[in-house]
Amino acid sequence: MDIQEYFSLVFSDYTLRTISLGTAILGAVTGMLGSFAVLRKQSLLGDAISHAALPGIAIAFLITGSKDSNTLLIGALVSGLIGTFWIRGIITKTHLKSDTALGLILSLFFGFGMLLLTFIQKQPNANQAGLDKYLFGQAATLVESDVWLMTIVTGICLFVLLLFWKEFKILLFDKDYAKTLGFNTKTIDVLITSFIVLAIVLGLQTVGVVLMSAMLLAPAAAARQWTNSLSKMVFLAAMFGAFSGVFGTALSASQNNLSTGPVIVIVASIFVIFSFIFSPYRGLLFRQIRFIANRRDLELQKTLAFMYRIAETHENISHPHAIKILNNFQGFTRKTLQKLVDKNYVTIDGTMWSMTEKGFETASNLYNQQVVKYE
Amino acid sequence: MDKKLAVQIDDLTVAYNYKPVLWDIDLEIPEGVLMAIVGPNGAGKSTLIKAVLGILKPIAGSVSIYGKPYDKQRSLVAYVPQKGSVDWDFPTTALDVILMGTYGSLGWIKRPGLKEKKTALEALEKVGMLPFKDRQISQLSGGQQQRIFLARALVQDASIYFMDEPFQGVDATTEIAIINILKELRKAGKTVIVVHHDLQTVPEYFDWVTFLNVKKIATGPVKDIFNDDNLTKTYGINYKVSIQE
Repeated sequence: MDIQEYFSLVFSDYTLRTISLGTAILGAVTGMLGSFAVLRKQSLLGDAISHAALPGIAIAFLITGSKDSNTLLIGALVSGLIGTFWIRGIITKTHLKSDTALGLILSLFFGFGMLLLTFIQKQPNANQAGLDKYLFGQAATLVESDVWLMTIVTGICLFVLLLFWKEFKILLFDKDYAKTLGFNTKTIDVLITSFIVLAIVLGLQTVGVVLMSAMLLAPAAAARQWTNSLSKMVFLAAMFGAFSGVFGTALSASQNNLSTGPVIVIVASIFVIFSFIFSPYRGLLFRQIRFIANRRDLELQKTLAFMYRIAETHENISHPHAIKILNNFQGFTRKTLQKLVDKNYVTIDGTMWSMTEKGFETASNLYNQQVVKYE
Repeated sequence: MDKKLAVQIDDLTVAYNYKPVLWDIDLEIPEGVLMAIVGPNGAGKSTLIKAVLGILKPIAGSVSIYGKPYDKQRSLVAYVPQKGSVDWDFPTTALDVILMGTYGSLGWIKRPGLKEKKTALEALEKVGMLPFKDRQISQLSGGQQQRIFLARALVQDASIYFMDEPFQGVDATTEIAIINILKELRKAGKTVIVVHHDLQTVPEYFDWVTFLNVKKIATGPVKDIFNDDNLTKTYGINYKVSIQE
């Protein structure tokens, strides 16, 4: 199946439609919440939470013996939340920095989870196979009820986000100030964190424990490049996330069923790379172009200013001077001279240059123009 | 004292870990003063403000604002945090930051409307930042960012203003602009409490001063207590400042 075929099938084929919808919704909700994680400088929190969910999945299976995805996700949710609150506890109760706390919990829970998984595999129970799909995810196992669950959670999340938008914003920007205004910052904090945990747990089946944090961070990091408004950033991140989900699914379905989770993550990363380079204000490319253009402008202006100082010593401003005397001025080249001629600031006659009325006028106002430009 | 007390602090002690940062502070701030809190680094100046505002939980002691606990008097108090305490690359505009000053009176869920926006624009104008209202905050200079923080507190329309180093890293023009606004606030009967570092300007800017170094060294009118004796007690070295009348 090629990509074209995918898009013609996506509306009619039940499996494809379910998976595409699921990954799109998942991408949207993780992108939305990821914006908050990124702005709070808690980018690694997602990684820790997703790894912390693994033992929950194994324990849920050991207790119930069922592989029903909802049962396992409840286990994941519980252990994800425990991991998160331990991280918070470590940060507030000890001198350890947050990266240390995150790393500790991540490896501890993940190690324990892997231990349980191998233990389960050794059991003489035919039902045990397939739990390891939570490591890297398997979008193909998504069914309609999973998508419904994602939709409901996303809906609730969106509702809460819009309701407490102002509170979320002030908590992200200035927590102490929010406290002095009388907002219970702990409640807002717990609310955001719980939603992030919920979104991550929802994505485990599709993208897996290992790559889940990329779903949270990549769309948000890409979105930040394009806008300076929080609402637009959250919206864009949701869009980027949803597109990554759909394109990732399309690519994986069209290329011999490549593993969907990793493909989605790679598509999201391409959004990031593209945004880093090509976004108009923060992007590397345009920033470099602006930098070079600015430098050229300044070089030209400095040359003009230098000529102005020579011309102003003569009664007649258009008195001709030798081009040679410009040579010991740093930044002077034939090219800049030509540009000045093109702008009609100076005229050249053989080896002599002379300033025009317009050039003199411009040069005498150069500094003021600079000031205006940067005000 | 015949004047009303704006802030009364009793036996306030704050510790981060084992070592107390503030020890048994008793402080009475009369209404309508423009007060500097001075002291060396680590003296607990910011901590004092944060403990009064309930950002930090003290180990012991109590704070009252016009005779009642802070929780009940929030609307009477505005706060200007240190400029470095937030991430200025946050995706928002100058006007948006100032609108945050209205969040307290709005309460939960309710969004700022036209009325709040008008107040915010007036505050922007007051600090001379109106042309920058839609500017992304990372594209403002340090002095402009400080003015934004000041405007945000002005929007709160409080009776008592706590400011944590509002003159830090600002140029002379901004410093003068800010002090003029502070003096205007005092003229309007407000109480302004400022953590301040530049001892030279204390007599010129303030009429009240508190010397702090973990313990309270002295508090009172600048003309009575701003002298070498108290400075030496606070900073531990022989400090000579010329006080102009």
